[in-house]
Amino acid sequence: MSLLELNRIGHAFFGRTVLEGITLTVERQEIVALVGPSGSGKSTLAHIAAGLVEPREGRVARRYLRHAMVFQDPRLMPWATAAGNIGFPLRLSRAPRRMRRRMIGDAALRAGLLPEDLGKYPSELSGGMRQRAAIARALVTDPDFIYFDEPFTALDVALKRRMQDLVIEAAASARFAALFITHDLLEAIRISHRILVLDAGGRGIAGERLPPGNPGTRDEAAIFALRQHYLTADPLFAHIHDIDERLRP
Amino acid sequence: MSLLAACLDRLARLGRFLWSAWAGLAGLALIGALWQAGHEAYGDFILTAPLDTLAAAARLLHEGRAQELLALTTARALAGFGLCALIGTLAGVAAGYSPATLRLSRPVLTLLLGVPPIAWIVLAMIWFGPSDMTVAVTILISATPVVFVGAVEGVVTRDRGLDDMARVFGAGPLRRFLFVSARQISAQLFPALILALGSAFKVAIMAELLANAGGIGGALARARAMLDIAEALAWVSLAVAALIAVEYVLIRPVRAELERWREAAAPWGVKR
Repeated sequence: MSLLELNRIGHAFFGRTVLEGITLTVERQEIVALVGPSGSGKSTLAHIAAGLVEPREGRVARRYLRHAMVFQDPRLMPWATAAGNIGFPLRLSRAPRRMRRRMIGDAALRAGLLPEDLGKYPSELSGGMRQRAAIARALVTDPDFIYFDEPFTALDVALKRRMQDLVIEAAASARFAALFITHDLLEAIRISHRILVLDAGGRGIAGERLPPGNPGTRDEAAIFALRQHYLTADPLFAHIHDIDERLRP
Repeated sequence: MSLLAACLDRLARLGRFLWSAWAGLAGLALIGALWQAGHEAYGDFILTAPLDTLAAAARLLHEGRAQELLALTTARALAGFGLCALIGTLAGVAAGYSPATLRLSRPVLTLLLGVPPIAWIVLAMIWFGPSDMTVAVTILISATPVVFVGAVEGVVTRDRGLDDMARVFGAGPLRRFLFVSARQISAQLFPALILALGSAFKVAIMAELLANAGGIGGALARARAMLDIAEALAWVSLAVAALIAVEYVLIRPVRAELERWREAAAPWGVKR
């Protein structure tokens, strides 16, 4: 049984069809990267899968116990400290107060936040630290499924790689499955078990590729070579960098 | 441990606030100087000296009747303010979430704001006579639109991304409102509430004066009839002092508590 199953999902914004006939599955403990050109409806698909957007057609079957999401922007509550933000899902799930502090500390540590950062407000944290807090917030309830909606797009290259390693490590130890939306092919290859390519017009999944090996075990040279191969020799990725910024998201 | 840290943080904030009183004192001293200059230019009858006014205010307070009147006016202003805060907030939040209500309420608001408060006093006097009700209704009508607009702004300008975030983590509509939206609304609401409180006091005194309903307004009317400038100015000072006391005891601490994060964001040296 797949943890997540999307069946012939379709959606439209302002009368313009952005997604049509999308069918995909994510298995237990599998990280699936969904790549596609900007404006192809990747984020919308993640939001539909997570239940934030009601699809116009199609069915979503969620068989996991608990999900979490890391958004493109950190989406931290500015009035709460890092600890308050990380603990927000615990507050919503009514976890006992005594346990919260330990769970928050654990999640923060896994996301690379130090205990002294926990008392700071988001405005006192740097961009990378804020995204770390957002990741810790996603990890804190120990979900078995996490949606990543282009989480590292706004970060610089070095920071991005560190965050990717963090996700790879967390996925290996916490054993969650994930749908990772990105338009960075290198990121997709580094982080995922399976890469799905969304059709440029949002009409179905154009195809899938399985990078050899497991995330975290592939060496950098091989990842880079694979990316070059995908971009130059693989027709599936021909339109991956097409951008039409006039289209609405 | 964290309790101690929290207390220390509050103490530090209080200390900073008290220290900033020097700046306020300097501003007051400037007003006092101008006042004194006016007094020396125009004489006792037009503008009583500030010190004489203070002495008159102290005398009024010591005679005992002033405290009673101050309490009466403050109670009326607070009752009106409480009512307008409650109604304005509830209606504003409801309208913010329902565009149709908002569209309907805009013209009503324009109409209400267009009617001068003095007209409401006259109407309320006819309807309720010289009573607490007259004052409360006048405050309600003249101060509610400000609170309403503040609440609507708070709802409309809230960060919807945070709403989505809360929904992903399993918050229903009620908890989304309580945990995420309410804080954002309050940021817009507090300036409106402070404005409404100030206008509640002003309108209360005006209504008392015109409706002859006692309180500071009534005392002011008497001072005017006797052409007692010192007493009139003393009453004005007392009313202002009451307003400031209520604002700094009632609203500012709540606001400071809710906006701790804003202060944390301010760079060192800019903290007020």
